[in-house]
Amino acid sequence: MKSVILKTATRLMIGLMLVFAVYVFLRGHHEPGGGFSAALLAGTAFSLLAITNGADHVRKAIRIRPSVMALSGLALAAGAGLPALFFGKPFLTGIWWQTETFAAGTPLLFDSGVFLAVLGAILSILLALEEN
Amino acid sequence: MRITPPDTEAVPDCCRKGLYSCLLPSGLFALLCLAWPGVVNGDVFTVQWAWVPSLDLNLAFRLDGLSLLFGLIITMTGFFVTIYASSYMAGHPQNGRFFVFLHAFMIAMLGIVFADNLLLMFICWEATTILSFLLIGFDHEKSDARENARQALLVTGAGGLFLLMGILLLKSAGFSMTLSALSESADGIQNHALYPAVFICFMVGAMTKSGQVPFHFWLPNAMSAPTPISAFLHAATMVKAGIYLLMRLHPVMGGTPLWMSTLVLVGGATALWGAIQALGPCDLKRILAYTTLMALGVLTLFLGGQTVLSLTAATTFLMVHALYKAALFLAVGSIDHQTGTRDLNDLGGLVTRMPLTALAVAGATLSMAGFPLFFGFIGKEIMYAGALAEDMFPLFAAGITLSANALMTAVAAIILITPFAGVLPAHLKNTWETPWTMRIGPAFMGLLGVVFGIMPEWVSENLIQPAVFAFHPDREEIRLFLFHGINLPLVLSIITLTSGAVIYRQKIRLRRGIRFLIDHLWVTTPELYQSGLTRFLTTAATVTRILQNGSLTTYMSVIVFTLVLLTGSVWLPHVADIASIPAVTGPYIAMGLFVFVLGAAAVVVTARHRLAAIGGLGGVGGGVALIFLVFGAPDIALTQLLVETLTLIFVSLILLRLPPMEPIVKPRATFQARTLRNAILSISAGLVVFTLVSGVVSTPLDRSLTAFFETHSYLSAHGRNIVNVILVDFRSLDTLGEICVIVLAAWAGVHLIRRPFGQRKAP
Repeated sequence: MKSVILKTATRLMIGLMLVFAVYVFLRGHHEPGGGFSAALLAGTAFSLLAITNGADHVRKAIRIRPSVMALSGLALAAGAGLPALFFGKPFLTGIWWQTETFAAGTPLLFDSGVFLAVLGAILSILLALEEN
Repeated sequence: MRITPPDTEAVPDCCRKGLYSCLLPSGLFALLCLAWPGVVNGDVFTVQWAWVPSLDLNLAFRLDGLSLLFGLIITMTGFFVTIYASSYMAGHPQNGRFFVFLHAFMIAMLGIVFADNLLLMFICWEATTILSFLLIGFDHEKSDARENARQALLVTGAGGLFLLMGILLLKSAGFSMTLSALSESADGIQNHALYPAVFICFMVGAMTKSGQVPFHFWLPNAMSAPTPISAFLHAATMVKAGIYLLMRLHPVMGGTPLWMSTLVLVGGATALWGAIQALGPCDLKRILAYTTLMALGVLTLFLGGQTVLSLTAATTFLMVHALYKAALFLAVGSIDHQTGTRDLNDLGGLVTRMPLTALAVAGATLSMAGFPLFFGFIGKEIMYAGALAEDMFPLFAAGITLSANALMTAVAAIILITPFAGVLPAHLKNTWETPWTMRIGPAFMGLLGVVFGIMPEWVSENLIQPAVFAFHPDREEIRLFLFHGINLPLVLSIITLTSGAVIYRQKIRLRRGIRFLIDHLWVTTPELYQSGLTRFLTTAATVTRILQNGSLTTYMSVIVFTLVLLTGSVWLPHVADIASIPAVTGPYIAMGLFVFVLGAAAVVVTARHRLAAIGGLGGVGGGVALIFLVFGAPDIALTQLLVETLTLIFVSLILLRLPPMEPIVKPRATFQARTLRNAILSISAGLVVFTLVSGVVSTPLDRSLTAFFETHSYLSAHGRNIVNVILVDFRSLDTLGEICVIVLAAWAGVHLIRRPFGQRKAP
């Protein structure tokens, strides 16, 4: 789409949206948000980019192929279930490392997997639509 | 692939691989031999590992007399078939595939006979079905091999489903799935209301697998397989699985009038029909296939009996048949391999050219005909004694056995005399004996028929008796002797041999009669199968044409109609139970949103352009998302809003590529019946969903789950956002499944959007 205003606005917006996506992703465990919502947000950002600058631009920007991204998301999510097996717990049980102020665990990995899988799925459809 | 005399002793290099692979069956055979003395003494070896305990599916195995007998037959035949096939299949481009299938099949078969858990047995059972499909259709370039393989798969696979149903019914009636435990609750099972249903399911499973009338037609067609496979399938394995199942179920379900009459009648019909048809064809392999039908029928007939005598007869004949049938199939394969034909009209005088094969065939056929001194004779004597000892229709059983045996004698004479005696036809002048690998199997098994015939006491003590005791509670010993004295069975035996000779003399006339009979049968089961299959396919095609006609409107109407029909028919009778439709209450802002959503919906319905309609849809979605927000579900609101936005973008992208927009609502003048139908459909769908939602809302909510997540989400999963904790922690397996679905859907979508190869841009 040849609209200078939209192009310029996109350049400003996209960074903001992606940062917001990261924010939504990270706050997900305690406040509304999470991997799925963040993926939708990032997907919206990239569709804006795809509409203004074309699919090739998006491909260059994300560097890895959407299908690879989706599959690695699946692998990451499934892999996040494995550490529990080493502790003799059922597959996908959350394993946590915590200090007094901070806790991190495999659910975060799992959520990243969800993020990548959903974003990869959105991008692959988007780019296919854009290129067709 | 004709081999000239100098080559006969040399084994080609390429078949050495096949020779190595016979280490597997011989090793298994040796292992079974180690357990043999214990089993003869009455020991039962069992092992059990948990597999899926919640489904009562365990890796439970059991080695007793019956499974030992079957195991020995399977591994021994497997061993000789492997040796044989190493030459028979030499040079075949898919040699390796053949041996993998063959041995996988053997192991699946061993799984059936050693499994103590019915579900485990079912799994092995279906494995043999699938592997036999691959084996029968091994020459998959030939269309009839594919066709016959599919037929075998359909018939035995459908029977397998019946078997599964029987197992599940048995389980739901409150009984175990472990065979050894089942036989202890035999009385309970036989008096249970579900017994007839369970019995029918198991019977259909066993009958399809063992080719009993009316499911017999797939078995002769299975001859499209390479000959070593036919030998294995027919002599030792696959088709005997049904017989094995009947033997195993004997202590559990046997002895009822239903069991006895069904088995005797079905077995009798199969035996007679198989024996009559065996006289018909000129193809040696086909003749053997029909005699297998006869043998399976006779076995079923004897399993209908309840006395030790008739069960001993069944077990003895099982061994007799396995020995002679494997030998004959392999020998016929040799003839085919060396001469290029199996047609009786083209064969003759081979005794001078293939003496050892002729000897093996002589041993096997004489045993098959039941000549004295051969194992078949012992089998026949005990068969007559067993038939007369049946509880139901003993005279019928004896009559069937007598006529089937007489016909078998004639068939044995045909197999022995026609190819080997007489004048050697000119086109067979260059025929020579096969390599030793192809002779050893028939020769050994033919010889075994004589050895067992001479020492029946040893056989009965070490093989037959332990097997019978494994599935019959009475420990009544039956001794087998070469000569039982002058009694009724001996008289019947003599009648059999003489009438067999008479039938052989009249074979030309009889063959004509049988062909006439088969041609003029009003309807036959193969025809029924064929027409049923055709009708099934045309029905499927018609249904597909109606439902999948490419119109999106039709798809939507079908989906909505199904929803209204199913949900409505279940739900509407309960509508009266709703106390009252709750008054719409809530903050004013929610009321405003409600009006907004309604307005947006009105825009969707009345819009004249696609873009406007889609904008309206987005409005509905956004409004609903805001309603979620007002009622305290920020997570859902956020997700919904984002999904709506993305959907809007995607749909717009699609719209940009559609042909120029036309007004979607036609002028009012052309009011169509379709419009009325769609209106009725959508209004009724709306009503059903509305009453459903109000029904859900008017029932008090169970808050125990919410309370659980409220207390546990921070303590166990370190998260304060319950929704997210459920998604990534408590129910993460569901989420994993869902993202798999998303990725799959995207993959499918991409391939739908993209143009075919060649037209699309490189990614």
